[in-house]
Amino acid sequence: MILAVASGKGGTGKTTVAVNLASVYGAPVQLVDCDVEEPNSHLFFRGTVTERETFAIPVPHVDESLCDGCGECGRFCRYSAIVSFGSNPIVFPEMCHGCGGCMEVCPRKAISEVDKRIGEIESTRLEKITLIQGRLDIGAAMAPPLIRAVKARLQEGLPAILDAPPGTSCPVITTLRGADLVVLVTEPTPFGLHDLKLAVEMVRELRIPFGVVVNRMGIGDNRVHAFCAKVGITILLEIPDDRRIAESCSRGELVVDALPEYRSLFATLLWNIRELRGMEMGVSNVRSAN
Amino acid sequence: MKIALSTSGETLEAPLDSRFGRAPKFILYDLERDYFEVIDNRQNLDTSQGAGIQSAETIARSGAACLVTGHCGPKAFRVLSAAGVSIYNCGEATVADALKAFREGALKAMDSADVEGHWI
Amino acid sequence: MSGARIEELVVISGKGGTGKTSLTASFAVLAALSGSAVIADCDVDAADLHLVLAPRVLERHGFKSGHEALIRNEDCAGCGMCREYCRFDAIGMVREANGIPTFAVDPISCEGCGVCVRLCPVKAIDFPDRVCGEWMVSDTRCGPMVHARLGLAAENSGKLVSIVRREARRIAEEKGKGVIIVDGPPGIGCPVISSLTGASQVLVVTEPSVSGEHDLERVLALSKHFSIPAAVCVNKWDINPEMAERIEKMACGAGARVAGRIRYDSAVTTAQLRELAVVETDAPSAEDMRRVWINLAR
Repeated sequence: MILAVASGKGGTGKTTVAVNLASVYGAPVQLVDCDVEEPNSHLFFRGTVTERETFAIPVPHVDESLCDGCGECGRFCRYSAIVSFGSNPIVFPEMCHGCGGCMEVCPRKAISEVDKRIGEIESTRLEKITLIQGRLDIGAAMAPPLIRAVKARLQEGLPAILDAPPGTSCPVITTLRGADLVVLVTEPTPFGLHDLKLAVEMVRELRIPFGVVVNRMGIGDNRVHAFCAKVGITILLEIPDDRRIAESCSRGELVVDALPEYRSLFATLLWNIRELRGMEMGVSNVRSAN
Repeated sequence: MKIALSTSGETLEAPLDSRFGRAPKFILYDLERDYFEVIDNRQNLDTSQGAGIQSAETIARSGAACLVTGHCGPKAFRVLSAAGVSIYNCGEATVADALKAFREGALKAMDSADVEGHWI
Repeated sequence: MSGARIEELVVISGKGGTGKTSLTASFAVLAALSGSAVIADCDVDAADLHLVLAPRVLERHGFKSGHEALIRNEDCAGCGMCREYCRFDAIGMVREANGIPTFAVDPISCEGCGVCVRLCPVKAIDFPDRVCGEWMVSDTRCGPMVHARLGLAAENSGKLVSIVRREARRIAEEKGKGVIIVDGPPGIGCPVISSLTGASQVLVVTEPSVSGEHDLERVLALSKHFSIPAAVCVNKWDINPEMAERIEKMACGAGARVAGRIRYDSAVTTAQLRELAVVETDAPSAEDMRRVWINLAR
């Protein structure tokens, strides 16, 4: 099963849920940190880094001896990554999306691709957990190619928990694509509800089954519960507003280690997730049988 | 010789626009014939990224030998330099005043970008 | 009024959920006391500032960015060349009712590069502009506000952020306002870069945790990369006072100044529930927020 943990709003506790779930999983599991701009999962697991590789995207390189300055490449590019006006083309690698189009349209076949580093991917092993994370270089603008590369390192057949970036734009979509189930983490406040609605719209568009975890119960009101009840969304777990949870997270400690009484809470979440997944699979089996 | 000036208006009394990549228009002034045309730059602002690069391309294609503007970022600078367009800095002024300062040799040429790049 | 310099303060956080928007709302209220502010909500992916400032929308504008590829099924020859060349896995095969395969573009994955459009041997692919969201100009009790909503799965290149800032600046110049307060996006990617470049000052709101420290380092490196003076403020500092102190030391070491600290305060959420900025209530942390504001103005 590939489970993704996401939220519309940042800071609701996605990483807390993801890392603690991985910790109570009970069987070998992959924890994949797809928040490549600000990866945090590794702060909770001090294992040995087993693999580290740089990641690069292909950007154009022009062989000036073949180029005749026709400008076709510049006219084709939608990203201002290659510019040509009667002289040899200028390439702006940081603007390039790696579509390969300039290479295809060049009538003199003067363009090839070279690698441009945008970040790195690391693997860490700690007991039953394999942590895979990507880290985008400072100043590098595009997260999705790195996120795709991180996900490509998933081992088939092993369950995975993906820690998504906050929000609902393309880095999050790239993370969620292909997941079997999404857990949306929110808090019972106006900001929490507003951003949950955006996230719900997103997972519905992606057609992935999902449930909600309400973190810091009691700090606000019941608007999130009312919304979930109204539209028929399963609440998978409620986490109490316990200052000690914030304190343990602040120290980089797993909640289930610092406060063992919470082990059963996260175990319940896992159980509820599996139940929801079972129900969803049952529903789709019924559908395909018909 | 033609020089380009970044601006928000359509006459010589219009203010010089200090930011090159986002200038709504350019005035392309023909110094020999003392006549000018207005180049609309808005379509470049609609591309999804690279306003500075696109604006620089526009200037490169216009036949201008020099550009007078306030600030120019590194990507635009690179394109303009490759095209052989010299870039001159001018503070707050009308286009007419900037032209006068240029003719009197009072403006300083930029030898590198003077502001950090913007994303788009 | 292009003579006077307009101060643009951008509030970012690196890590999400540190209290950036709550603090920005309070800054908007404080700036409004001198009638001098324009507010820009650049957290276009998950905008929340309007929940406190209650803007009255005066203008709406569609936001177009890039293109998307659309295959005309009736003209598709089923050769699959588009799928072969698409670098973004955005094209899939669709079997029609009569069993003949055609291809379709997934708009969520499509990056609008135009390769399939160009290479299709029967020119069966259209390439319309893509409407990605909208931006609004509104009025609030704190002054004019520019905000936006990015559509689902839209490419978040930072262009919409740039438009919001550009409009906020235009309004500030038109109305003679001296301050623009920007609620920035989380992370360190394109949207944040777009919110920072050319700003007068950046305030990073962080929290006293290992995540907060880690993310602060990255975001300070970013503001240094773009040469913007940075200040740091640790929110909920009393959750971990040692970490708060460590973060402040690290910030100074990175060339940022410490603008103050804000205590953990459940009244912050109470204010949010009442749709008020914290400084409009008698929450204990309001005093801390006022102090940060005064420090920033120095």
